Amino acid sequence: MRMLARRLSLYVVTAWVAITVNFLLPRMMPGNPVQQLIGKLTGQITPQQVHAIELAFGIGLNQGLWAQYTGYLHQLLLGNLGVSITLSSPVSSVLASAVPWTVGLIGVSTILSFVLGTLSGALLGWFRGSRLDSVIPVATFFQAVPYFFLGTVMLLIFGSSLHWFPVLGAYSPSVTPGWHWAFLASLVRYGELPVITIVLSSVAGWMLGMRNMMITMIAEDFVLMAVAKGLPRRKVIAHAARNAVLPSVANLSLAIGLVVSGALLVELVFNYPGVGNLLLQAVLNEDYPLIQGIFLVITLTVLAANLLADVLYFVLDPRTRTEAAL
Amino acid sequence: MSSLRVPRSPKVLVGAGIVAFFAVLTVVGPYLAPYDPSATTFNANLTPSSAHWLGTTALGQDIFSQLLVGARATMIVAIVAGVVATLLSVTVGVAAGYLGGRTDDGLSLLSNVFLAIPGLPLLIVIDSYLPTGSRSNSFVIGLIISLTGWAWGARVLRAQTMSLRNRDFVEAARIIGESRVRIMLVEIAPNLLPVLASSLLFTILYSIGAYVTLAYVGLTSTAVWNWGTMLYWAQSNNAPLANQWYWFVPPGVCIALIGTGLALMNFGIDEFINPRLRAAGLSAKVRRASGLPRRPRLGFTPVARPRAVATVTARGDAQ
Repeated sequence: MRMLARRLSLYVVTAWVAITVNFLLPRMMPGNPVQQLIGKLTGQITPQQVHAIELAFGIGLNQGLWAQYTGYLHQLLLGNLGVSITLSSPVSSVLASAVPWTVGLIGVSTILSFVLGTLSGALLGWFRGSRLDSVIPVATFFQAVPYFFLGTVMLLIFGSSLHWFPVLGAYSPSVTPGWHWAFLASLVRYGELPVITIVLSSVAGWMLGMRNMMITMIAEDFVLMAVAKGLPRRKVIAHAARNAVLPSVANLSLAIGLVVSGALLVELVFNYPGVGNLLLQAVLNEDYPLIQGIFLVITLTVLAANLLADVLYFVLDPRTRTEAAL
Repeated sequence: MSSLRVPRSPKVLVGAGIVAFFAVLTVVGPYLAPYDPSATTFNANLTPSSAHWLGTTALGQDIFSQLLVGARATMIVAIVAGVVATLLSVTVGVAAGYLGGRTDDGLSLLSNVFLAIPGLPLLIVIDSYLPTGSRSNSFVIGLIISLTGWAWGARVLRAQTMSLRNRDFVEAARIIGESRVRIMLVEIAPNLLPVLASSLLFTILYSIGAYVTLAYVGLTSTAVWNWGTMLYWAQSNNAPLANQWYWFVPPGVCIALIGTGLALMNFGIDEFINPRLRAAGLSAKVRRASGLPRRPRLGFTPVARPRAVATVTARGDAQ
């Protein structure tokens, strides 16, 4: 339990750092962005928008920095992330409609990618030196392609040229969203290509890491023992793999941030209605309250996912539990 | 230092070749470009021809020139970010690993926090607040990218430093009375070189990705030619849907190629650090020639000596 408690306190500190960075950044920036922003929006700006901008940058409040900070934290605790400048609605409600899409898309692809990568990595490690090794350079190439570029190419080849997959959006415009079969089927159909893109881009990391650990693990005595006992090969591989997977699981919590970073852009390519798409629109429109809200929500979600990964590690590795008992 | 023999496997050679090619391109690219990449003097949307190897953009700019000129900006940012991030990670990692105690707790916390915050959203947030002037400055962008990219290296270097800290030669240096700074710089740092090299390669790889992504999103100055801005313009002119592959595929492939090159070189370093991987990566031909079992035997992954392997490879090729 001690390990989990340590990780939890790390995530609390990280969340606090993210919140504080979010608070300080707009206040540290040179120049007067408010005037620029108001200048850009001339003729179409409402008093509420001016107020939203002032709140975001902490200008015109006649408050000390500390008072602003505590006020900011208080509003955050109440779930108030400010008001979007361009959409004129609360950031929290804008985000509430976008977050489920992203969590669904990235969650499914990360789990798929981890499982596929680990399984294939275990086999690659076991059959090292065989023809299977030729997979490695190919996987490395896919890992080096930016997510959004691979997405564009996939969209072009399998979407608009071959018409194997539907393109653009998260579900068919002809079905109404809801908990019924037609909608869910459409959801899966439209999700296929983005998921394949993210899996292709991220699978190599898991695969290569697992292969390397597997090769190191095979040299251990317990594997030799398992073979000497006459266990079937399938069981020996599973036996070694369970031990080799631990570093991958330990890395899982760190890799989630990287995968999320890449996957956010896949949303842009496929016009998926998630947080990534929203973030880029917010950046283009210079909608600072929205940008900040999105950054915070992404960070907190990634931290929650990290904690889940740590729990998984805790379950898989009995040593973390006995350490607590000592 | 004489033990620094990086394995000369085909993977590493191919990787080094690719990286060298792009390094040369960084230097000479802008001089080789046949036209001014920003000049809009040509017909728009030309398909590839002998005059325009990769056709022209919707504004009538020569795409091949953009690709050649863009190599420099892309690589400069990547190198600035990679070097700064690696310096940061060495400082933090070695100090944390060697000094231990409270320093370690504090520095580890710092790097773990940076690891846990997703990098790209943080980059986008910081960059969106930058004044437009700074967005066109490669060094500013490189520095910001390095801020989000140093933590992984620091973690790896800390672990390696900790394993070195209690070795006999460090103990001996301590007994002789060498200063802490000297022990860290002269005794420990050289032994970190392979890990350091691998961390540098990875940070450069990360920085290329981060920079290109920022440019693709439109967060760097669109007047500076790099492979990301090329993709940005291609995307905003709907080149992918108009099937203008010659516009958006070349920059993407260049990014992927250089990334592959760096990763392949990294395999070599991995194999150098972990000799078991080295033996596992040998082809059947080399294996036979060097008297190793054709299939790696269970429970006994032979550790091949690099020199023996190198000579054997040479003989194997002659056959």
